[in-house]
Parts: sequence; C-alpha cells; structure tokens
Amino acid sequence: MSAEQKSMSIIVTKGALDWAYPPFILATTAAAMGLPVTMFFTFYGLPLLLKDLKLQLTAAGNPAMKMPMMGAHMGLPNLLTVIPGVDAACTKMMKNLMSKKGVASIEELRELAVEAEVRLIACQMTMDLFEYTLDDMIDGPELGGAATYIECATQADINLFI
Amino acid sequence: MADHTLDAKGLNCPLPILKAKKALKDVPTGGTLEILATDPGSVADFEAFCRQTGNELMEHSEDGGTYHFLIKKSA
Repeated sequence: MSAEQKSMSIIVTKGALDWAYPPFILATTAAAMGLPVTMFFTFYGLPLLLKDLKLQLTAAGNPAMKMPMMGAHMGLPNLLTVIPGVDAACTKMMKNLMSKKGVASIEELRELAVEAEVRLIACQMTMDLFEYTLDDMIDGPELGGAATYIECATQADINLFI
Repeated sequence: MADHTLDAKGLNCPLPILKAKKALKDVPTGGTLEILATDPGSVADFEAFCRQTGNELMEHSEDGGTYHFLIKKSA
C-alpha cells in the first residue's frame, strides 16, 4: 500500500456497450492499485447494474465508429445507421472483435469490481424515474442521491464524470 | 524460479493487471510473481502498477511478442 492513500469516484451516466467500458476499466484498475473506488450510477448508466445486461452499440451519431474489416477500417454513413438491425449487427461485430482481442466483457469487469469491493451507488431518483427496484439489480449496490455522491466526492482525489 | 506464475497471454487491458493483483494475494510478502503477457501496453501499466502499490518490478523483458514480468511482493 502506498504511503498516501488516494481514492476515486466515477459518475456513470451512459449505458451503451462502448460507454460502459471506461468506468468499469478505470474502477477495477484503480481498485487493483489500492484505491477505494465509488461508482455512482445515474440516468442511462443505471441499467449497467441490472442482473441481465443487454448492452448495445449505437451507430447513429457516432461517425468515428469504424471497425476493422478486410484490412480496412469501415464506418457507416449516418443515414444507414437508422435501419433496423444495424445496431444489432454492429454490436455483434464489436463483441466478436472484443472476444478475439482478449477484451473483458462488461459482465466480467463488473464482477471484478464487486469482488474488489468497489462501492456501487444506484441513483435513487433514476431508480424511481425508470421504475427499477433493487431486486432488478445485481447484489451489491446501495441506494443514494446527490448528497451521498457529493460527500464521497469531497473526500476523493479523483472524480470522473463519464 | 518465481513463487507463482500468471499466464496473461492474449488478454487485453486491464485484465493482465487485474489478474496480477488477484494472483499477488496468494504470494507471501517477499515472494515473487512471474507474469507472461502479450499486451504491449502492459509494460507501462505494470511499471505504474508497481509504483502505485509499492511492489517491486524486479525485471521485465520481451521475447517474440511475449512480455515477461517479475514482481516482488513488497507491500
């Protein structure tokens, strides 16, 4: 353990497959490096705590999303991204690519976060807004609101909003 | 040679670090953990990991795309 104990908090606001990675990667790594970590799940980030994850990519409005294909990097014109099935196909491609490249799944990283005793706070207001209960969630999250997060953030050295 | 060996070949960031952290739990203080990885980013990451956690990165080398790390558990 290092002489000065640092800690980190992350506000998780987005629940698409690609957006789910940075918070879970940073939380698990910080925990592995000895930092107490708190993740606050709010709005579209909240469903990342659901027992059953159905994470998807959204190609629309994401012009930088290019995937390696037959030796080139291919993107999709924005107009085509609204065709039904495109997001599902992109998601499938991304997941195949990730497993081929040895990238952990979000389920795996989330399990490692729980194991590493990352503190998970589910935003009470969002729970209410989207009509979720703790029964819908994995074991571990506690309920909290803005004040709960602010108290944690005042004590943390690193506060991220993702 | 090392007390424990972790094969993290084929795994991408941050899995080599997360698995190393777990493997270190079974290493006694003063003991060593050998890690094999293929993630080129793991070189900088294991250096940072060791600086932050107070463990000692005794050696690291690369051979044909496989990175080899030896960590002494000091903390």
